[in-house]
Amino acid sequence: MAQAQPDLDSPDLPTSAEGAASPGAAAGSGLAVDPNTAGITIAGPKKKRPRVFYYAAIGWLILVVFCAVFANLLPVKDPNFGIVANRLEPPGPGGILGSDDLGRDILARLVFGARVSLIVSLTAVFVGSIVGGTIGLTAGFFRGRYERVVMSLVDVILAFPALVLLLALVAFVGQSLSTIALVVGFLAIPAYTRVARATTLSVSQREYVLAARAMGAKDSRILFKELLPNVALPVVAFGLVALGLVIVAEGSLAFLGLSVKFPTATWGSMIAAGKIHIRTAPHLALLPSLAMFLTVLSLNYVGDQLRSRFDVRSSSL
Amino acid sequence: MRQLVRKLVTLVPTILLVSLLTFLLTSLLPGDPALQVLQGAEPTQEAIEAVRKDLGLDKPLPIRYLNYVADVAQGDFGRSYRTRQPVLEAIGERLPVTLEIGLFALIVSIVLAVPLGVFSAYRANGVVDRSITTASFGLLAIPSFMTALLLLYFFAVYLKVLPATGWTRLTEDVGKNLKGVILPATALGIGQLAVYTRLLRSDMIATLQEDFVSMARAKGLPTWRILFRHALRPSSFSLLTIIGLQVGNLIGGAVIVEQFFALPGIGRLLFDAISQRDLVMVQGVVLFLALSTVFANFAVDLLYTVLDPRIRRGASAA
Repeated sequence: MAQAQPDLDSPDLPTSAEGAASPGAAAGSGLAVDPNTAGITIAGPKKKRPRVFYYAAIGWLILVVFCAVFANLLPVKDPNFGIVANRLEPPGPGGILGSDDLGRDILARLVFGARVSLIVSLTAVFVGSIVGGTIGLTAGFFRGRYERVVMSLVDVILAFPALVLLLALVAFVGQSLSTIALVVGFLAIPAYTRVARATTLSVSQREYVLAARAMGAKDSRILFKELLPNVALPVVAFGLVALGLVIVAEGSLAFLGLSVKFPTATWGSMIAAGKIHIRTAPHLALLPSLAMFLTVLSLNYVGDQLRSRFDVRSSSL
Repeated sequence: MRQLVRKLVTLVPTILLVSLLTFLLTSLLPGDPALQVLQGAEPTQEAIEAVRKDLGLDKPLPIRYLNYVADVAQGDFGRSYRTRQPVLEAIGERLPVTLEIGLFALIVSIVLAVPLGVFSAYRANGVVDRSITTASFGLLAIPSFMTALLLLYFFAVYLKVLPATGWTRLTEDVGKNLKGVILPATALGIGQLAVYTRLLRSDMIATLQEDFVSMARAKGLPTWRILFRHALRPSSFSLLTIIGLQVGNLIGGAVIVEQFFALPGIGRLLFDAISQRDLVMVQGVVLFLALSTVFANFAVDLLYTVLDPRIRRGASAA
């Protein structure tokens, strides 16, 4: 784990134009990111810096995805099989990262926990970005009453504290992997709608769109050939940051014991279980915390980089 | 005053939609709510019918919604199905705890974010600025339960200076109460800190380019005065907006932090209601929290007019 850990104090962080303010800026503790206010980029000469941190982040993400996909094939122990004699064992030769309060191997549980995070976050972001992106694109393009209705609905849904709504929905709908992913995805739709609409609004004033219209292009052609490619990139960049938000949301649910049922390993439930033993065996809670932190940090960082590259508002013709 | 009334009127559709969504939340979900309430024991048909009648489930959906809105408008959020306590009374009992944590969290984040943001902007791209930016980027990747865990580990387990869990009421012992607030409020506030710092920094950098700042500098005013008296106020609008928008996140964070530190606040109330399938209570608390968010944003809207005279005169400053 340690080899992929990015050095936070390294001076290699691009900080000037890219890191100023981003959708990730609101990524703190919930789902409600307001993309409208978060896209401020400060103009200034971009300095070329070695992109060590960028590649470290990508490397860590690849590692996490690899673990999640091939969890069954990797040479790790059974994540749900515990030997009581090994309980609370510190990291050492027995199991590289030690074992938890039921004697289960922590490394194995981390690897399998990555799977839950991956499935939930990918599904949620996929659902949210497709549905929300489409709604936002059409709202920004057709304008009029449709846009007003859509945006006021979006505002109302965003008025609910996201985690509160998530808790209530998940508790009543059910606690399976698929329902959690779908509910989170559903709750994320308004955020994508806002991003897609805002981008559509600014892109549709561009010269090439006006030119296409002047040449008599149909609505559908302008939507799919001119607007979609330009709107898709910011939505995808936002989606990367949203992956991190979803991982945090699932972690919060798991921490409250409302995520996937026992004994499935998830990072959030590992942290919750480890909290009880924080006095005697802090590695129980700290290791999954570190895994989640690095993953969310990497997603934020890569998403931030991509976003500043595709930001139509700051690019000039 | 007339403007205030006009703005209040625009809130009405939002409030109605919020109440509709909350109402539908518990009505459209799969499964019979009566069965959810009677979970556990093998309920008789009569028991189910009685619960259905009691919850008004025997009437059609639109009528139930109208009844619900009428009740809520009169301040009747219903009664808990577990304890028979009126929902609003339960909220009232728990509210001070959550408010206190939230308020201290806000203070922690603002008190730290303003100097950090201002200094970052003042020495933009310097060593300190770069470190602050890097640190806040890292902070953004730490969810509140992780912050809580780390704080708990460091201050309660390692240094043993602060209590790990529990709550003393303010009226009982002020010192003990404040000691108990520090960790939860910091855990909640640190999550917001990074957001505020980054936002203030970028706005402040823009403000420092303005002519009136050069003017103030030319007059020979001391730097701190230019930064805090001249530049801070016009830079604080988006900060204020974001603080309004963060109320929702703050509430979400409070649910977690209250659970973590075992505090008897609203978040805990909601969590307990959810685990006990206390539908009426869940509905009431969700509605209450959503309405609080709406009103918080409304209050921020009003604050603009205080901060920016251009809006007060009704000229729309785009």
